[in-house]
This record gives sequence, structure tokens and C-alpha cells, in this order.
Amino acid sequence: MESPVSLANVPTEGSIPVIEFRDVSYRVAGTVVLSGFNLQVQRGETLVLLGRSGSGKTTSLKLVNRLVAPTAGKILVKGVPNSEDDLIRLRRGIGYVIQEVGLFPHFTIERNIGLVPKIEGWAPGKIRARVEELLKLIGLPQEIAVRYPHQLSGGQRQRVGVARALAADPEILLMDEPFGALDPLTRDELQREFLLLQQRLHKTVLFVTHDLREAMRLGSRIALMEAGRLMTVLSPGEFLRSTDPMASAYVRAFGEGLESAANRETS
Amino acid sequence: MNVFRFMVQNHQQVLELTAEHLRLVGFSTLFAMLIGIPLGIVIAHRPRFNQPVLAGANIIQTIPSLALFGFLLPLPWLGERSDRLAILALTLYALLPIIRNTYTGIKGVDASVVEAGRGMGLTESQLLFQVELPLAVSVILSGVRVAIVISVGLATIAAAIGAGGLGEFIFRGLAMVDNRVILAGAIPAALLALLADFGVGWLEKRLQPR
Repeated sequence: MESPVSLANVPTEGSIPVIEFRDVSYRVAGTVVLSGFNLQVQRGETLVLLGRSGSGKTTSLKLVNRLVAPTAGKILVKGVPNSEDDLIRLRRGIGYVIQEVGLFPHFTIERNIGLVPKIEGWAPGKIRARVEELLKLIGLPQEIAVRYPHQLSGGQRQRVGVARALAADPEILLMDEPFGALDPLTRDELQREFLLLQQRLHKTVLFVTHDLREAMRLGSRIALMEAGRLMTVLSPGEFLRSTDPMASAYVRAFGEGLESAANRETS
Repeated sequence: MNVFRFMVQNHQQVLELTAEHLRLVGFSTLFAMLIGIPLGIVIAHRPRFNQPVLAGANIIQTIPSLALFGFLLPLPWLGERSDRLAILALTLYALLPIIRNTYTGIKGVDASVVEAGRGMGLTESQLLFQVELPLAVSVILSGVRVAIVISVGLATIAAAIGAGGLGEFIFRGLAMVDNRVILAGAIPAALLALLADFGVGWLEKRLQPR
């Protein structure tokens, strides 16, 4: 069965997608996690994978940096199947941000951010300058460089997680519910900062979330997933007006939440 | 105070036997670390080997120490000298706590930290030496500490096969039915155990990751 394809899914002519899934399936222990998955992510866009838990979003992300290998199909990164690229090279060229952040607890913030540049053999002075630049970019004070992760707040830690992913200036960023564990105000702040960052850096971002609001705010396109399948790919505007049953179910669920809150207020 | 007078009078021998004791414990702990830590690392990454390795180390632990000394006696080269035998037996006993703690320590490293590291493009050896081992080091050391304390006690039995150490006093005292002589072996052995416990415990705290 072909998934309905909207205009937004048609690639810009002549350009190679930065990430492309071709008929990708992933099965583990008899369970189908992903099947017949086709998707293209264009240079400089933020493509959001939206779906509920178990829909295969996170697996799709991990297929890109090959933390997971597909059962069938291919994933092309900058036009080259990522199975042909050297695994370590591939991963160092892709920034990876996860919800749990995963900062190294025994490293200072400076060492956390500077780790990939260091193992890539950058000179110490260049690493220090880069860390300074990144701290400025994510709006954290320089003093924080000598602290340890446990001394930071959740929002600061995730900012550092983003800085670490950007350290070696990768073209691609994979973000797996990066703001999901934050309180609403901090989440709002980080989303705003992400948008500003993206305006300046134009990274190619594949972003996983289950939050429609976040998807609408951050995504240039939204790929809706359900039970291991890609249902549709829409721009945020199209998503709101979509007659696709899944998409409108999302919009309804989100709208009803707001409405009922407003109703309780007036009654 | 008879015991202490006895120890002062025989201080030369007390020191000699303590040195022998330390040699037995030191070498066996070193060998057990050289074997046990890599084994622990392997089973933490290859779940298939986990059961057999831990079961093997467990079984060794259940063999009574005198019987183990007896079993090892016919071995070539090793059987020729009793101190070699004693070191081998003590090494075998020290394996379990070291393997198990290395395994537990590495397994205990936050999965998201390992995933982030791998996703960033750390090689498996960079992940091991820069992330997993530094984060597991205090757990591993606490296994080493247990191993040393066990070895200090067990090494007294090595005197039964003529390997020397503070057990000499204990066995001689038992034969002579003289508590002073028994205590002249037991007290320094207990002090050694406490000292090792304290020393490695201190190291463990210092190396504790944040």
C-alpha cells in the first residue's frame, strides 16, 4: 500500500537529499518496528517525525547514524548508503542529541563539548576556542566550562548536549525528543533558542517528538508515523488543514485539550 | 601481654613471615586483576559468556581451600614450589569478586551515556577506556578490596602446604597448643586485612566519578 504523498514530500529539483530512506524495514525478534519506510530530508530543513510511542520514530533516527542496521532497504546520507561509509566517520559527521542528554558525568562541561574535536585531533587551543564559541552560541556563561554535569540544571544540561552535538560542526543533527524531559517553561525557551540557532546554522535536522505543538513550531515539514509506517508528510500549515484521519486526530486531541481548559475556566 | 613479648622477641621472624604473606597476597591479587578485569569487561559486552564465566568463578569459590591446594599439587612446574601453588590458588579465589564487580560496574554505567558516546562516533575502545572504565573504577576497586581481604585470610592456610606466610605461626601454635604463637600469626594477619581494606577503600573514594 502506498502512503499518501503530499506536495511537500517532493524533493526540490536537482538537489540530492541529505538523508534518504529507501524502502527501509526493521524487524527485531519477529516484531515489525518499521516497514516500507521512504523519506527524504532536504538540506537545511527541520523534518519532524511525529508519532506516538512505539511508532518507530526513534528507530528511524538510529538507522541514520547506524546505531541500528535495517533488516531491509537502504539509508543514504549525502547520497551514499550509510552502510558503505566508515561507521566512525559517519557518526562523527552527525550530531546526536537524546532526551536523557547522556553527558559524561566524569568530564567537565568543557571536556564534554570538546570530546569529538579532541579525538579528531584538534589542537588544544582550537578546542578551547570552539568550546567558548559554542557556550556563547547556546547562551551559557563561560564559567560553566569547568563545572560537572551534575552541577547544572536540566535545561542547561540539554543546552550542553546540543553544544556537544554541534562541536565538530556536523551538517546533520539527529534529535530524539531533546526537550521532552524539561519543564514547560524551559522547554519553551529551548525551542525558541533552537529556532534562532537554526536560522543561523541551517543544519539538516531530523527531529523526533510526540508533541504536535513542538512539531508545528520547529518543523519545516512534519512526517506522521503510526505503527512502523509513514502515514503522510505535511508542512505545519497543511497539517492543520489536513483531512488525513491520523493528522486530524492529532489536531483534534490537541485542540480539545485547549478547549476543555478554556471551558473549565468560564463555567 | 605475653603475646606482644613473644612478638617482640621474635620480631625478625614476624617481619619475615609478614613479608612472605604480603608477597603471596600481592602477586595473587595482581594476577587476579590481570585476568579478572578483562574477563569482566568481556562478559559485560558479550552476554553469552556471562553465565559460564560467573558460574565457573563461583564453583572455584566453593572448593574448600585445603582441597584446592591438594588438587593443584600434582601440576607440573607449579607443584614444584609451594609458594607458586599458593599464589595460583589465591589467584583463583580472588577471581570471583573481581570479575563480578567489573561486570557490575560496567553494566551500571548509564545506558544513555554509552549511547550518546557511541552515537557521537567514539570507537569501542575509546568508549571503554574513556567512559566505561573510569565510571566503573570505584565498583571494580571495591571488588579488588574484597579479594584482598579474602586473600589475606586464606593465605594463612597456605602454610599448610609449606608456602610460608603468617600461617606458619598459626599452625605451629596449634601444634604446640600455644595461644601466643597462634596470635603472633593471627594479629598481624588481621592488621594486614584491615590496612588493605582501609587503603583500597580510600583509593576507591578518591577515584569515585562524580
